[in-house]
Amino acid sequence: MRGRGIRRGAVFVNLTLIFLCFIWLIPTVGLFVSSFRDPNDIQASGWWTVLPHPDTVLIEELPLPEGDRTGVMTIEGATGTFEEFREGIAAPDGRIITWVGNRRAGRIEVRGEAITANTNLTLDNYEKVLTGKEYTLTFPDGSTQQVQGDDLGGAFVNSLVVAIPATVIPILVAAFAAYGFAWMGFAGRRVLFVLVVAMLVVPLQIALVPILRDYVTLGINGTYLAVWLAHTGFGLALATYLLFNYIRELPGEILESAFIDGASHMQVFLRLILPLSVPALAAFAIFQFLWVWNDYLVALIFIGAKPDTQVLTQRLAEIVGSRGDDWHLLTAGAFISMLLPLTVFFALQRYFVRGLLAGSVKG
Amino acid sequence: LEVTAGYADGERGVRGLAWFLTLLGRIAISILVPVIAFVILWQGFLFLRQNDSPKVITAIVAVIWGVGGVAMIYLVMNWLIERLPQRIGSRLLPYLFVGPAMAMLIWFLFLPTLRTLWISLFNSDTSIFVGIQNYIGIFTTPAMLEVFRNNLLWLVFGTSLTLGFGLLIAILADRSRFESLAKAIIFMPMAISFVGAGIIWNFVYENRQQGDPQIGLLNGIWTALGGEPQAWTALVQPWNNLFLIVIMVWLQTGFAMVLFSAAIKGVPTELLEAARVDGANERQVFFRVMVPNIRGTIITVATTTIIFTLKIFDVVWVMTGGQFGTGVIATEFYRQYFTNRNFGIGSALAIILLIAVFPVMIYNLRRFRQQEGFR
Repeated sequence: MRGRGIRRGAVFVNLTLIFLCFIWLIPTVGLFVSSFRDPNDIQASGWWTVLPHPDTVLIEELPLPEGDRTGVMTIEGATGTFEEFREGIAAPDGRIITWVGNRRAGRIEVRGEAITANTNLTLDNYEKVLTGKEYTLTFPDGSTQQVQGDDLGGAFVNSLVVAIPATVIPILVAAFAAYGFAWMGFAGRRVLFVLVVAMLVVPLQIALVPILRDYVTLGINGTYLAVWLAHTGFGLALATYLLFNYIRELPGEILESAFIDGASHMQVFLRLILPLSVPALAAFAIFQFLWVWNDYLVALIFIGAKPDTQVLTQRLAEIVGSRGDDWHLLTAGAFISMLLPLTVFFALQRYFVRGLLAGSVKG
Repeated sequence: LEVTAGYADGERGVRGLAWFLTLLGRIAISILVPVIAFVILWQGFLFLRQNDSPKVITAIVAVIWGVGGVAMIYLVMNWLIERLPQRIGSRLLPYLFVGPAMAMLIWFLFLPTLRTLWISLFNSDTSIFVGIQNYIGIFTTPAMLEVFRNNLLWLVFGTSLTLGFGLLIAILADRSRFESLAKAIIFMPMAISFVGAGIIWNFVYENRQQGDPQIGLLNGIWTALGGEPQAWTALVQPWNNLFLIVIMVWLQTGFAMVLFSAAIKGVPTELLEAARVDGANERQVFFRVMVPNIRGTIITVATTTIIFTLKIFDVVWVMTGGQFGTGVIATEFYRQYFTNRNFGIGSALAIILLIAVFPVMIYNLRRFRQQEGFR
């Protein structure tokens, strides 16, 4: 009895879990599938129609019937006049017979229920958003339009240029500070560290405008340097706190023997502390990289409307604002922006989880 | 004897001269090295500011310049300090390690807090001192009160749903064979930007006129069930906020789940077994044994999520721009500051945001003092 109860429990657990995972996954799947669909298909049908489903489809095309076309005719079992056929007539077997064209020239289309799938997939959308080149768009009615590409490829490079230093610099600066707080004695150590803890939760909105004014005074607004410094400033408190917690726990004996051998603080830091702290550094690096890569607000304010340095999130948000109905561009663009963080995330998931645990359980 | 004395004098003179020259040389090098370092950095900056070389080259130079520059500053300063007399050098060295971080922290967070507080006491263009008039204005304007109500909705529904789903999935995953796969799927949205998530969910909520084929999943299901297509994010206010909150829950549940999952694994199995042997049913085991044991984690996740919901900006900004009664403090701050150019009200909103997270700050500080982080 008990065994069966447990088995039933396990089935229930797994079914609920699968259901929840399905719900969590489905929005992203929709985006992913749509990014490969033809622009006109995206507008005309839901993305789930790429799966086999019953639908009314064109089964065959026939030539126009011979003979008198003015009176009542019978085509494929359906009977009616030319005008009625133009509207479409249901044959006894459920198929719909439609006369396309005029009375003299044209064709007969036969539609019926069938299992079908919209598997008209393409990589064109990616090509269109990635390059900055012009391309021609053809609408269903045959009209065309010249459209400028979105150059997300360029924005991708910009995102990298922003994200790599904005990840490495705060880690470096914070690691120095964490070592200083953990292993050096100096006046004001406590007060300064209290400041670090206090700054952990300060909302960055509070800093945006004063910093923007400083940047304008210094003449660096809109440069990469400005964004690196901003991300460093906003990420430092957490980085210092996390690395301090880690570096403090390193065994003191190793350091002492190094000092006895005549090593300087800088040598100990570079040769001992940094290599020993790799797990903590990696954990925070992933954190900071995802945060910077996905950031929109800081880029919006400190990069602004400079197309040369704009990052991916900005370009995407611009497409949302100006052409929010161009789903073929939005879906492909969004997926491009997700590509790198998802790769980093799945490749280094274990470090990331460890970092989350260290960062949040402790403080 | 005189000769030797003269020789000794001369030797002393030579030694003095050598010492003086060495000192001069040292000072010269001590100045030269930082100057060279500075010139290199400055040239790099100029190159990056006005260059027309291919994008990829600029990118590589920028990355090397940024990262290398920071490392160089530390090394050059350390080199300088080692040149100083031991007594002064060892006093200065800690400030080389801690100083840059503290300077950045003070420049980017501490001073801005004071400056924003100061600006919030002035009128829209910071020309007339108005005292707390901006704050009174904010708390008496109906539109602003709606913004606070929305933040409250985010706080209550966002936090409870994130915690609830996080805990539920952590418990289910703990008992399932597909644990790591399920956790990866739930956790994945954490790697997606708010802008990306905004696009994903805008697509889910996409609304077409009745009769046209629906391309948004939610309206697709809704119309298949016989409903009329709805504009979900502009729907009956304030319930449209819930459709935005769903996005945050989708993004943040993974975070809660990971922490809960680790905490659950930390609860001793004997404790749970003992409760079961004593005849407790699964619900009692959960509420009487599990929950008290992971209380600390629940509090941590709750505070993190609360801070997150208070600062929420990107989701709302990308989805609705704060229209249709979905504005929150952070979007209203942006609108006041950058659209209306009303610096006084904008700053006051930022300060209100700070006051909202104040309890957490005090809690952190108190805990730090209790743990006594320094040995």
